Amino acid sequence: MDAKFWLIQIFNGVSYGALLFLLASGLTLIFGVMRIVNLSHGAYFLLGGYVALTVIKASGSWLLAIPIAALAVAAIGLVMERIFLRPLGFDPLRQVLLTVGFAFLFQQAALDIWGGDNLIIQPPPTLSHSVVVGGLHLPIYRIFMIALAAAIGLALWFAMERTRIGAMVRATVDDAEMARGVGIDTSRVSMFIFALGAFLAALGGVIGGAFLGVYPGLDFEVLPVAFAVVIIGGMGSLAGAAVGSMLVGLADNFGKALFPEVAYFSLYAPMVLILAMKPTGLLGRE
Amino acid sequence: MNRIAILLGVLGIVALLAPFAGPFVILLLAHILVLGIVAMSVDLLLGYTGLPSLGQAAYLGVGAYLTAILATKFGVGLGWDFWLVIALGMAAGAATAAFFGLFAIRASGVYFLMITLALGMCVWGLAYRWNSLTGGDNGINMRGRPSFAGMRLADDLTFFYLVLAFFIASFFALHLLVSSPFGKSLVGIRERELRMRILGYNTWLHKYIAFVIAGAFGGLAGVLWAHLNGIVSPSDVLLPASVDVLLMVVLGGPGTLAGGLIGAGVVVFLRDYLATVVPWWQYVLGTVYVLTILYMPSGIMGLFKGGKA
Repeated sequence: MDAKFWLIQIFNGVSYGALLFLLASGLTLIFGVMRIVNLSHGAYFLLGGYVALTVIKASGSWLLAIPIAALAVAAIGLVMERIFLRPLGFDPLRQVLLTVGFAFLFQQAALDIWGGDNLIIQPPPTLSHSVVVGGLHLPIYRIFMIALAAAIGLALWFAMERTRIGAMVRATVDDAEMARGVGIDTSRVSMFIFALGAFLAALGGVIGGAFLGVYPGLDFEVLPVAFAVVIIGGMGSLAGAAVGSMLVGLADNFGKALFPEVAYFSLYAPMVLILAMKPTGLLGRE
Repeated sequence: MNRIAILLGVLGIVALLAPFAGPFVILLLAHILVLGIVAMSVDLLLGYTGLPSLGQAAYLGVGAYLTAILATKFGVGLGWDFWLVIALGMAAGAATAAFFGLFAIRASGVYFLMITLALGMCVWGLAYRWNSLTGGDNGINMRGRPSFAGMRLADDLTFFYLVLAFFIASFFALHLLVSSPFGKSLVGIRERELRMRILGYNTWLHKYIAFVIAGAFGGLAGVLWAHLNGIVSPSDVLLPASVDVLLMVVLGGPGTLAGGLIGAGVVVFLRDYLATVVPWWQYVLGTVYVLTILYMPSGIMGLFKGGKA
């Protein structure tokens, strides 16, 4: 195990973390604004991948597939929030079971429409090469993932911290009742955030489809990992999601490379410890 | 009292009819009873104490893996020592819960959901990856059920009666528990923890003990589960398994114990029977989840008068 091994593992961990950030940033926003534990978030990720496959098949354009898949899934999320989640009110247990019910429905629908095969989203050839930096072979696609997640992260941060809508969202996170009192339509903020979360998850599904694949069961595989990211970073915190996804991405990679027998344990045990000692996560607020 | 009589009556009829049922039906019934035990253990937490555990499959998994490892690696638990394994399974479930509870009981509400989810995933992670002990993704194949004192559990009907006996014993044990002063104080904690604390109750300890007891029954169910299926695999401990158990309780009616059995009946019917008949069974399962949450807040038992304890 020389320096090369460590550098490659770090690179792989960071790029996996970049994908996790796309998945978890939406989850953490949804939790922060609406206090909803959304167990259908993994299904959004999976649906994003599947819709993208269909678009690619129909139009041949990978670039076109990204926005269409993300918007289509955002629309699904929007309908789900308006019709089913909003009337439910705040009750974590019932939210969990309702969103699981939808996750099962989406799973079956995906199986009926796209079948049970393990599919791969082929990125355009320009992204399929790798570059050699200092003797290390780095796939361009993974560099692209890191760049994309960084761009999305910056855009989200800017939108939340510097725009009027962002201020409304932050007000709703801090004190929804007070926000309503000063005239913020928190119901609409929730709708917007839920759709945005679904959008980001589906985006992750398209991007991740190139190296995780797209297959039945992927939804419930990525979901707990996304929760680990959100918990470690702090529920509701974007910066937390960024830090959490890097930590989880690295822990996952090093865990699998160095201690394969306890690889997943080493992922969820920190989640337990953080929940027990600082339930608000590393960067979460009270 | 009335409800217990109905439950025993129904179970008695099922026991009488079982010899005439086909082998598949008997296995389904045994599945329902084993999961009914897990559902009752979750009900103790959710229905009586107000703790929604999202990782109860972990204790079932601990009991099941323990049984499978003892049987395949050490040849233990295939004769009279089956009862030893029952005791060990319960002890292992309780010990795991005692350890996990140190972390989980500090949390409440949404954080309790999350921490039990994470603890469940820890167990899944070990089951999935610790190849040398758990067989990894393939799980462990058992080599037949125990037999002792002229009883051959390999016979499905005999095994069903054993599971039925365990279910009834678990039901009465848990019923006794929730009717006791201890059980009443759990309900008090569910309704208003702060008031109970002001009254001088050590609410942390109460919740902790309930958590450990639930773990013990999860472990018991795990031992039966391993012998029932003849195979133990990581999917037994995966998140959907834990969520299913929560649904069973909510669907049947939280705070009723017996409701868990009804919920288990519905879920097993969908997952193990309907799934063999039609390919679209999961639409039904998902719809049951959604409709239960939207229209049946106190479950099937709540549809009957005075359903909630």
